[in-house]
Order: sequence, then structure tokens, then C-alpha cells
Amino acid sequence: MNLSNLFRIAWRALNKNKMRAFLTMLGIIIGVASVIAMLAIGEGSKRSIEKQISEMGANMIMIMPYDNKAVGGVRMSASNVQTLKIKDCEDIRNKAQYVKDVSPYVSSSGQFIYQNNNYPASISGVAPSYLEIRQLKIKSGHMFTDSDVKRYNKVCVIGKTIADNLFTKGENPVGKIIRFNSIPFQVIGVLESKGYNSMGMDQDEIVLAPYTAVQKRILAIDYLHGIFCSAESEDLAPKAVESITQILANNHNIGNPDDYDFEIRSQEELSEMLTSTSDMMTILLACVAGISLLVGGIGIMNIMYVSVTERIKEIGLRMSVGAREKDILMQFLIESILISITGGLIGVIFGFFSSYGVKFFAGWPVFIEPWSVALSFVVCSAIGIFFGWYPARKAAGLDPIEALRYE
Amino acid sequence: MTVHSCQNRLQDVETVVDQDKKRTMEKRKIIELTNIKRNFEVGTEIVHALKGISFSIEEGQFVTIMGKSGSGKSTLLNILGCLDTPTSGTYLLDGSLVQSMNKDQRARVRNRKIGFVFQNYNLLPNTTAIENVELPLMYNPEVSTSERQKKAIEALKVVELGDRLYHKSNQMSGGQMQRVAIARALVNNPAVILADEATGNLDTRTSYSILKLFQELHREGKTIVFVTHNNEIASFSERNIVLRDGKIISDTYNQTILSAAEALERLPKEENEEEEVI
Repeated sequence: MNLSNLFRIAWRALNKNKMRAFLTMLGIIIGVASVIAMLAIGEGSKRSIEKQISEMGANMIMIMPYDNKAVGGVRMSASNVQTLKIKDCEDIRNKAQYVKDVSPYVSSSGQFIYQNNNYPASISGVAPSYLEIRQLKIKSGHMFTDSDVKRYNKVCVIGKTIADNLFTKGENPVGKIIRFNSIPFQVIGVLESKGYNSMGMDQDEIVLAPYTAVQKRILAIDYLHGIFCSAESEDLAPKAVESITQILANNHNIGNPDDYDFEIRSQEELSEMLTSTSDMMTILLACVAGISLLVGGIGIMNIMYVSVTERIKEIGLRMSVGAREKDILMQFLIESILISITGGLIGVIFGFFSSYGVKFFAGWPVFIEPWSVALSFVVCSAIGIFFGWYPARKAAGLDPIEALRYE
Repeated sequence: MTVHSCQNRLQDVETVVDQDKKRTMEKRKIIELTNIKRNFEVGTEIVHALKGISFSIEEGQFVTIMGKSGSGKSTLLNILGCLDTPTSGTYLLDGSLVQSMNKDQRARVRNRKIGFVFQNYNLLPNTTAIENVELPLMYNPEVSTSERQKKAIEALKVVELGDRLYHKSNQMSGGQMQRVAIARALVNNPAVILADEATGNLDTRTSYSILKLFQELHREGKTIVFVTHNNEIASFSERNIVLRDGKIISDTYNQTILSAAEALERLPKEENEEEEVI
């Protein structure tokens, strides 16, 4: 018996019970579709987080002061810890390996005022290289320069949210003077909008000024609130962190890592933290979807058992006209594989539709991984073979004489 | 045919035997059974269904095997049809020794050398006549798709159903279904056709028309073994083997074979007979 005949026989048998075959398939269709849709949702959210992180600068490294001495004493907030100095910043720029850009960071919150509009926000004192580190772009005007930094110039670059709230009449902010509390700053540039990040923070609520101006004219301090660096590439970030740690430990004369008075965070950690949540969600969703696929498989097994019992006489007849055990086994196995593969194909199509349905109606990011399609297809073929095997075995093991006599 | 009449005609038989011997010499033996025994274990007891059966059937014979229920005729039919193997004894079918074969080999023998006709037709439900007839050829990889269709149509023409190739089994009368079953038995050009109470479910008129078909097939040289409990059918066949309690109690050649065609003629005409007969 050749395979094409077996396929023809199985196809005829399924054709005779279209409704039942379809209902059996439905279990597989729903299973496969939900596996694909769930993985697409999971992968989509993971990718969107990763994209946002890389927009923030995937190779960014943050150095924050850390107060570890105040055991039992007054513990101060990070902005009041005075351990990071401009020398640290310069040493990192000059000595650290794998570091591309370095920018000091100081900030102060207060009220921005322009004419009769005002808006509460913080002003960030940075170096021009901060733009590169945070992947920010100037939309109009220009960024302040190193000479602005040297001269403590009161100039600033503002984000879209600030611009919208202060310049409500649609004026061009560039060239205008705004006040931070009582100190005037000239707006020399507006940043391109970046929207909200994955943690729900408005990335456009930002004002950048030379760090020297913020240090001396607003805060009157000589220490830094932090240092922002960028590694030469994302992969080199851990090595850069290592190198920075050494320089700072050396500068601060600290040997024991437990006593470090600074804290270094790379985007890698942040991204791991954020994607681990979405990974867990993906696994959870895929498990639920996988269970529905399993239930679909059990549905196939159930129907195949019914089908074998119903067709005992037919099996007896087939044996009497010369079907071997192998032929009967293959017939029922092919039937269940046909059900599961056809169901799998329809399920893949439904999976695509429902994924894009979720994207369209709920606005969630989705991404269909080719391997998830391949995986669910392989799994459902395996289900067809696995759950079809026992009923097919039962059919093939029938005694032709008894099968013929079965009523 | 009853036992008494058999014994009365024993003498007649003996005179026929000489002629038969001659015939045996000339013709090839299709079936040769030697001391076939078949035991079944039912719980702790052993039931002897066949207690040593020996006979041979030559090419082109039309033989009826008769016996009441429990006489062992079904067991014998299963053995003849290679569905079952004897406990002891030898069975030669068309020159090959059946009991030494494994399951797959017997399946192949059933596929190539035997055509079954059952009492309840055993057609695939909701399937066209042509698909039903094609069935044995589906299990024969040597037959191509086009050849299969051609042979199925030929077989259906032989049983006068050439105009109903695509009728489904549930759209046909009992007689038509049995004709499809006979076509299915013929399609692989078997060495022997085994009929199991093939007219058991049919009314008298249809029975005669089916018997007429068997007689026609016999005339064309087909070997037919017809298992039945109906005495009347025996008179339409050439040879009659009677079983009782697992043994052959008579094996006679029919001197006057009745014609099923004539019997059909003699039946009172029915109003709407054309449909039913076909």
C-alpha cells in the first residue's frame, strides 16, 4: 500500500464526517492561534521595552553617590551626599577604558516661568556630551557648548512638554528668556520629543543647562549629583563599569567594595529587570495557550477513539480485502495528523489575525516570531501523532473475524 | 438437502466419482484442505469447532458448504478466507501453503486471491459504488489510479450496475448493494469467491437474481464457494458439502443443477419489478 492511497483513504474518511472533523480541529485551531497570539503579545511588549531602553541609550552608565556610612546616624538623600566631584568625572573621561562620553549631572527642581505661564520641573546641569549619552536630539536652535560651560552661561535647552506649557501662544521658544525660580535663563534650543518611557515618565519634561551654571548660580555646590557615561558599545558596558569602579575606588581611597560611596548602574541591568517581567508574562501566557493546545490534542484522541469504535466493521472489511495491520494503523494515524496539521494551518492564520487584532483594537505592541509559528506547527503535528497513536493502535490490533461480526 | 436424501443418493454419487476423478486430473486444484482441525479455548474448556476436514475444490467449481449453526461452517469459511489459521492440518490455496504465513502475508493473499461477499454486504457507508469496488485495489500498490478506476467500472458492468457508478451505498436497494459487494469481490480477479450467506438478507426475487449472477460468473469459469444454511441454494450449485459438528457428513455432486434464471422467470410477476430486480 503506498502513501498516496493511504492519504486518499484518510481524506475520504474525514470528508464523510466534515462537521466532526472541523469540531475536532477547532481545539487545535484555538490552541495554535492562542499560542501564536500570546507569544506575539509577549514578544511585542519585550521588544517595545528594549526599544525604549535603547532610545534612552542602551550603553548608558549612571554613577550615583551612595551613603553607606550613616549606620545609626542621619541618613541623607543621594543629592546631599557629597562624594562625587568634578575630578571623578574628569578622571573617568581621561583614564577609564571603553568609555565614550562622560557628563557630570546636577539637578534642582523649581518653577519655570515665562510671562504669565509657569510650570514645575527640574533643571538638569550637564555637559554638551549628555545629548549623545541620552540619545537626545535638538529639534530647533542648538545645544550649549563647552565654552558656555566654562563661562557659567545661563542658557538652556528645553523639552517639548516645557515648551508647550510655557509658550502657550505658539511662539518660538528659541531666544526667549525664561526664569527658573528667579534666575533668568535664555532658551537656545528645543529637543525632539521622545514621549513617555516604559515606566510612564515623560521624557520631554526636561531642561538642560551647563552644569557649572546650575552648580554655581542655582545650587551653590561644588559636588555632583551624578555622572552619566556611555560605553563604546552595549557589549562593552560591563567592562566600562569595571574600569569606572576602579578609578572611583582609587580616587576615594576605598578598598572594600562594601564601603563604596557610589553606585554604578548600567542600562543592561535596567533592561534585564524590565524584560524579566515581560518574559515571565510571556511564559505564563504561553503556558495557558499550551494547555489549550493540549486539550485540543486530547479532543483529537477522544474523537479518534469514537471513530475507531464506530468503524470496527469497516476496519474488519478493510482487513478482509487485504489491509495489513500497518495499513490500518497508518490510515488512522494519517487521519489524526491531517486533522492536527489542517487545524494547525488554520490556527496559524487565526493566530496572525488575532495578533494584529490585538494590535489594532487594544493598541498593544505585537511581534510574531517566526520560530513561534514553526514551534506551534511542530507541536501540533506531534500532538496528532501522539494522540492518534493509541486509537490507531487499537484499530490495527482488531481481529478481522470479530470486527466483521461486530454490531 | 437433508441427510437422508444424501444417503439415498450415495450410490449415484459413487457412479459419478469416476467422472469426477477424470475432472480432477485435468483441472487445477484451487483449494486443498487436509485434515483441518480448529480448536477454541473458551475459559478452561477446549471447543473443537472443526474435527478434521479434508476436501479439495478445483478451478471453476461452484460449491455450497451447508450446515446448521454450530456445525463449524463459519470457522471453515474464516479458514478458507485466510482470516483464521487452523490449529492443525494443511491448507493449500492456489498452490501456496496458508498456515505457514504471517499476518501480513495472509492479508496479501486475501487481497490478491480471495473475494468476499457477506450477508450484510459490508459496504462503506455513504460511499459511492465505484469507491466501494475500488477498495481492494487501494491496498494493492501495483495497481495505478487509472487502472483501479477502469477495473472497478468493468466489475460494476459485470454485475449490471454500469449506470450506477456514483450512487452512494445508502441510496441503493439490498440487491444493488449485494451486486456492488460482488463487484468488489470480483475486481481483483481472485482465485476464489467466498460468499457467506450472500442471499440471507434478500427477498426471494432478489435472491434468485443474485444466484443468477453467481451462476453466470461460474459459467465464465470463476471458482465460487457459497456458505449457507439454506437447502434451496444448494440445488443451484454444482457441488454440495454438508457439515455437522465439525465434520463433513456428505460431499455430493449435483446431477441436475437448477437455473436461477428460470426460477426467476417462474416467479409471479410483480407490478413494479424492474427497479427491484436491478
